[in-house]
Amino acid sequence: MSRFKSLISAAALAAFSSSAYADAIAGKVEKQATNWTAIAMFAIFVMFTLGITYWAAKRTKSAAQFYTAGGGITGFQNGLAIAGDYMSAASFLGISGLVYLNGYDGLIYSVGWLVGWPIVTFLIAEPLRNLGKFTFADVASFRFSQTPIRILAACGTLVTVAFYLIAQMVGAGALIQLLFGLPYMYAVIGVGALMIVYVTFGGMVATTWVQIIKACLLLAGASFMAFMVLSAYGFSPAALFAKAVEVHPKHLAIMEPGTLISDPISAISLGLALMFGTAGLPHILMRFFTVADAKAARKSVFYATGFIGYFYILTFIIGFGAIVMVSTNPMFLSDAAKGLAGIRGGSNMAAIHLADAVGGDVFLGFISAVAFATILAVVSGLTLAGASAISHDLYATVVKGGKANEQDEIRVSKIATIVLGVIAVILGIVFEKQNVAFMVGLAFSIAASCNFPVLLMSMMWRGMTTRGAVIGGFLGLISALVGVIFSPAVWEATLGYPKGSAMFQISNPALFSMAIAFAGIWLFSKLDTSARGAEDRAGFDAQYVRSQTGIGAAGASAH
Amino acid sequence: MAATALEIEQNPKFKELVATRKKLGWTLSLVMLAIYFGFILLVAFNKAFLGTPISPNGVTTIGIPIGLGVIVSAFVLTGFYVVRANARYDELNRQIVEESK
Repeated sequence: MSRFKSLISAAALAAFSSSAYADAIAGKVEKQATNWTAIAMFAIFVMFTLGITYWAAKRTKSAAQFYTAGGGITGFQNGLAIAGDYMSAASFLGISGLVYLNGYDGLIYSVGWLVGWPIVTFLIAEPLRNLGKFTFADVASFRFSQTPIRILAACGTLVTVAFYLIAQMVGAGALIQLLFGLPYMYAVIGVGALMIVYVTFGGMVATTWVQIIKACLLLAGASFMAFMVLSAYGFSPAALFAKAVEVHPKHLAIMEPGTLISDPISAISLGLALMFGTAGLPHILMRFFTVADAKAARKSVFYATGFIGYFYILTFIIGFGAIVMVSTNPMFLSDAAKGLAGIRGGSNMAAIHLADAVGGDVFLGFISAVAFATILAVVSGLTLAGASAISHDLYATVVKGGKANEQDEIRVSKIATIVLGVIAVILGIVFEKQNVAFMVGLAFSIAASCNFPVLLMSMMWRGMTTRGAVIGGFLGLISALVGVIFSPAVWEATLGYPKGSAMFQISNPALFSMAIAFAGIWLFSKLDTSARGAEDRAGFDAQYVRSQTGIGAAGASAH
Repeated sequence: MAATALEIEQNPKFKELVATRKKLGWTLSLVMLAIYFGFILLVAFNKAFLGTPISPNGVTTIGIPIGLGVIVSAFVLTGFYVVRANARYDELNRQIVEESK
C-alpha cells in the first residue's frame, strides 16, 4: 500500500479522481433563467417519441417484441441505437468541458470510451447473438445450472443498472436547472415518468427508436457546431489550435497531456474498466438480440464504433471551439475576472454556450433539448435491461423454472419497469446533494469484473463450471464494489474521511477486481469435481458449434 | 438427419472457420490493446514526446494526430474484421450449415 502511495502525488491524484469520471454531471450547478425555446423543442421531441411509442405499443404483443423488437432491427439501425445508448449527455457535456479546461487531456479521456467497441466486435458480438435470445444471462447460463447463474447475472445487471441510473437521474436534475432553468424535481420525476411510458408501452421497439432519433439529433447538432467552429478558422485545425493556445491561460500546455494521467496503475486500471466494462454493460449487450443474425450483430458494432468515434472527435473540436469562442466572450462568463474558468454554469456548459455562440437562441434551444433528450434514451435502455433481468432471468427462469406463461412474463417486466422507474426517481431525489460522479465508473468496474468475465469464459472456456462461474463472478462483483467504496473518490471525496485514509489509493479497482474474477472462475472450476461440473463441461461442444455457426439459434424474429 | 455437434466439429470447414476467425479476432484484439495501452503509457511516461510540435512555427503537437489516430484505428480495425468476415466467414459458415442439415 505504501508503495502505491509513494507512486502517486496527492496533486496528481486529486486531478485524476475529479476528472476521471467526467461521464457524469458533477459538482454544484446554478439554476439558469427559464429557457422557453429549449423547453418547447424538448416538448416537440417528447410528443414525437410518444407518438412512436403509441405506434410501437400496437406491435408489442409477444415477449420477443417486448425484449428485442422481434429481432427486426437492421444492422445500421442497431448501430445508431447502440451509439444513442452510449453517447450520454454527460459524455457530450463532460468531455467537451474537459477539453475546454485542459485541452489534450479531454482527448485522452474520450479515447478510453471508444476502444472497448472493437473488442466487442472481435470477441463477443457474434457468439452472443448466436447463443442468446433476450438477455446476456441466456448466453452466460447456456450450458450451466440455470438458477445460480441467472441469479448472478441478474445481480450483475441490476447493480450495474442501478448505479448507472442514479448517475443519469442526478445528471438530469442538474441539467434541467442549467438548460431549461427549471427545478431539480421536475427533471427527476419527468424523466422517470417518460421512461416508464416508453418502456412499458413500447418495449424495445420504442426504446430503440428513441435512441436512434436521439443519436441522429445529437450527431447532427454536434456536427453543425464543429462545422461552424472550423469554418471560422478557414477549416484549418492548425489555425484553431493556434488561437486556442493564444487565449487559453494554460497556453501551450493544452496541446499536450497534463495532469489527467500521472499514475500509470490508475490509468491502466481505468482503461481496463472502460474497455471491458463496455463489453459487459447489460443494456448494450441486450441490443445485440434485436438484430436478425450474427452478421447483422457484427455490422451494428462497426457502425456504432464509427458513430461514437466520430462523436468523440466532434467533442474535441467543440471543446477547442469553446476555448476560442466562449472564454473570450464576457457574455458567457459569470466572473470575467477569472477568465476561462469563470464560465457561467461551470465547464459542463462549454458546449451549450458554444451552441449559442455559433447558432444563436434557436440553436441553443435545440442543443439544450437534445442534451436533455439523450438522458431519456439512456435511462430507457437501462430500465429495459433491468426489467428484463427481473422478468426473464429471475421470474421466468428462477421462480417459474422456465415454464412461465409468456403474457405473465411480459406483465412482470412491465411491473418491474414501473418499480424500477419509481426507485430511480426516489434515488434521484435522495442523491440530489451527493456527488455521484463515481457511480458511472463503478457501473463500468462491476460490468468489467462480473458480467464480462463470466460471459467471456462461458463462451470460450470448456472447463468453466457453474460453481466456478458463480464464485468467480461474485468475487469480481464484491471486489469491484469494495475497491470503489474504499477509493479516494468515495471514501475521501464523498464520505468525507481525511485525505489519504482510503484503503486503496487507486481511483478504479478494475485491474485487481477483474484479475480476481478471472482467477476465481479458473480456480473454482478446476477444483469442481461435482457431477454438475462434469455436465457443464460436457455441454461445451453443442454450445461451441452453435456459438460459431448459429446452427440451432432461435431466429429472434420467430414467435 | 441433422448432424450432431461432435460431427460438425469434425467437419474440416468448421475447423478452418473456427481456427481462422479465432486467430483474426484475438490478433486484432491484441493490436487494439497494444495501441490503446501503448498510448496510455506514452501519456504516463513520455508527455514531452506527445508535446513535440509537428512544425517549428505551429502549435499543433504530435500528440494530436496520435490521439485522433487511436480513435481512427478502432474504427479501421473493426472495419477490417467486418470486411474479412463478410468475404470469407459467412460463405464458409453457410456451407457448414448446408452440410449439417
